[in-house]
Amino acid sequence: MAVEVRIPTILRTYTGEQKAVTADGATLAAVIDDLEAHHPGIKDRLTEAGPDNQVGLRRFVNVYLNDEDVRFLGGLAAEVTDGDQVVVLPAVAGG
Amino acid sequence: MLTIDQTTYDAIIAHAKKDHPDEACGIVAGPEGSDRPERLVEMVNAAGSPTFYEFDSTELLALYKDMWARDEEPVVVYHSHTATEAYPSRTDIGLASEPQAHYVLVSTREHGNNEGPVEFRSFRIVDGQVSEEDVVVVPQLA
Repeated sequence: MAVEVRIPTILRTYTGEQKAVTADGATLAAVIDDLEAHHPGIKDRLTEAGPDNQVGLRRFVNVYLNDEDVRFLGGLAAEVTDGDQVVVLPAVAGG
Repeated sequence: MLTIDQTTYDAIIAHAKKDHPDEACGIVAGPEGSDRPERLVEMVNAAGSPTFYEFDSTELLALYKDMWARDEEPVVVYHSHTATEAYPSRTDIGLASEPQAHYVLVSTREHGNNEGPVEFRSFRIVDGQVSEEDVVVVPQLA
């Protein structure tokens, strides 16, 4: 299941400055694991362990699957199919 | 140094005054690599809060897709502080994720929604390091 993953500026240090990379996986979690295999360190910038030790997306990282926020699609369990587009965008937020 | 035109500068301040006491937020987009803040986009503060701001996630994606289609990037990312000085908070520093952007802070603490001068300051925030820079307001971008 090859998908294109759009990488934000701040994370391009992990992808050799590439704006988009391809990754494989049947779920978002698997896609992120595949990203990590080719771009070590990137997974930790996208996910974190919650209080119950369950790994989830970081609160201030948005991931979209075909233009839909994956939080509405089951988060890391979201199913991915060939040709889907994944976009990663850090939240624009502050205090 | 941030060079910004008077109309955009005034519009950012007007947005901050209008949304006071909640924080106002938005960006000024410009051609990638140009450092020219050309196109103001006022965003809704999805947090609707006097102490926090966040772009709505769906609007955030639409904003970036629009910029990508125009070969733009956020040249300025601005928000207001409504009870404190125009200096990045610890949260602002922790969440800053556009290393090439000018982070503009406006403070409405003195005059709120009313007429009167406001603090307008600009910063670079890279890897948790804050450096203030001069703001030059020009009639029009060269």
